[in-house]
Amino acid sequence: MELGIAPSVGDGIAIRAERLDVGFRRRMVWQDATFEVERGEFVAVIGPNGSGKTTLFRLLLGLQRPAGGTLRVFGEAPRRGNGRIGYVPQRHTIDNDTHVAAEALVRLGVSGSTWGPGLHPVAEREAARKALAMVGATELGPKPLSAMSGGELQRVFLAEAMVGNPEMLLLDEPLSNLDLRRSRELVEVVHGLVRSQRVTTLLVAHDINPLIECLDKVVYIANGRVATGPPEAVLTSRSLSELYGVPVEVLHDSRGNIVIVGGENPHEEAPA
Amino acid sequence: MTFDWNIVTDLREMWQWEFMRNAFEAGTIIAILAGIMGYIVVLRRGSFATHALGHVGFSGAAAAVLFGVNPVYGLLLFTMGGGTGMALLGRRASTRDIEVGTVLAFMLGLGLIFLSLYRGFATAAYSILFGEILGVSNAGVLLTAEAAAVVLAALAILYRPLLFSSLDEDVAEAKGLPMLSLNLAFMLLLAVAISFAVQVVGILLIFALIVTPAATAVRLTTRPLYAAGASVAVALFAIWLGLFISWYENYPPSFFIVTTAFVIYVALRGGQALFARFARSPAPSRSAPSEVPVSLGQPEAGPVHSSR
Repeated sequence: MELGIAPSVGDGIAIRAERLDVGFRRRMVWQDATFEVERGEFVAVIGPNGSGKTTLFRLLLGLQRPAGGTLRVFGEAPRRGNGRIGYVPQRHTIDNDTHVAAEALVRLGVSGSTWGPGLHPVAEREAARKALAMVGATELGPKPLSAMSGGELQRVFLAEAMVGNPEMLLLDEPLSNLDLRRSRELVEVVHGLVRSQRVTTLLVAHDINPLIECLDKVVYIANGRVATGPPEAVLTSRSLSELYGVPVEVLHDSRGNIVIVGGENPHEEAPA
Repeated sequence: MTFDWNIVTDLREMWQWEFMRNAFEAGTIIAILAGIMGYIVVLRRGSFATHALGHVGFSGAAAAVLFGVNPVYGLLLFTMGGGTGMALLGRRASTRDIEVGTVLAFMLGLGLIFLSLYRGFATAAYSILFGEILGVSNAGVLLTAEAAAVVLAALAILYRPLLFSSLDEDVAEAKGLPMLSLNLAFMLLLAVAISFAVQVVGILLIFALIVTPAATAVRLTTRPLYAAGASVAVALFAIWLGLFISWYENYPPSFFIVTTAFVIYVALRGGQALFARFARSPAPSRSAPSEVPVSLGQPEAGPVHSSR
């Protein structure tokens, strides 16, 4: 795995935000954010709870409008139902009472928005199986969602998002209920997709460490502001102190893990 | 009437009577309706909404009886009104047991006052509360068939988006599906299904006809179309067996129908629990101890939530 920007990346802009303000009337979530994400980049969106990470996704999906500034997704204004984006939300209605096979859910990723009878059940099934194979979850197809572990579910959700061959993936806290080992496994699957399918990927996370080796860019949201850049530029004591407006220290351990001290209570930052 | 092990001659004997023919016909149509709607109810966690809509329908039926109208029109009017209200309040509202329960109790009380104003109090109340499948007229069967045709046609169009929005609400919303309209459509279809299912088991036992067969079916198969089919099969079996037994045993068919559905459900759950125990006990668990159990999202949040 290489650090920084891979040489194959860089033909075209996937996301362009200019002086973007986000919030509701008086309560702004964050303001004056200008950043770009290039096609095929793997981007981590990090920051404390309630800093507006999910809000960024809602803007990109066209579920919410910016309060000011401009936002472009592949050169267009964001719109709901954009087939170029695959989305894995943080919360799902699926739990251990959902006795439905994973393949059925992944199929809905292709056909769920189709009114009337399904057009090509065979093609649909093939697409679902291909997507499951893409995330290394072929064997999970017939397994009921109710019997799956957190890591298995996240793979299925990833397949559901990938089934329409999107050009961009938005993953909201996919690692939040996984232990470190399974977090790294899932990150490897996502990283594989970014590289093999050249799908631009934004991943919201609490903890940067499972991701750090694969990232091209970090979008750090805190204190109503947004800092963007390669991880080695953003995740420094200086840049985060500037972002938070209070002294923040970024510490590195011997294995390259990062600990951020001072910006917020570190316990709040720990995965839920 | 004596029971014979030749089921065909038994049924032929029953079907010589018009009221039994009507009961079997209406029961079959309602089993299809309740079975399919029930599957979506179970996926959407709408079982309490189902129960509540039945109670809302009670006051409608009672008002209709008071004014000398066919109770099914009162049921339709009130359940559709209640369903619309729940849909407009958002999907979260239909899973909120306190608010829904408060309205439910009030509507039941309202129905009571309507019925007490009516002279044939006891009979009318009994048939609304516990069903009167043996009293369905020819016109009633026809009306049931027409309503079922409308619901099934709507489901044929809405099936996938409804399933998608039930299983993965946030993704369906991001894909551009009209969530409010879908929820409204679902509630209206459910209202129709309930209004007619009340003929069979009454409002108090509606849960057994809509939710129990579907809850059984989802444990038999994980493929949505098969599960909907299995749900219909269980509802159909319960209604037919219930009617069959009530022909020989002079007790209300509702009892036998509900009991059949209940026994199938309990037997399946018990059987599966036993099976799981035997399948697991010989080999020691080799699953990774670090695996986090299924739990998504914030621990304090319920499985169903509304979009921000």
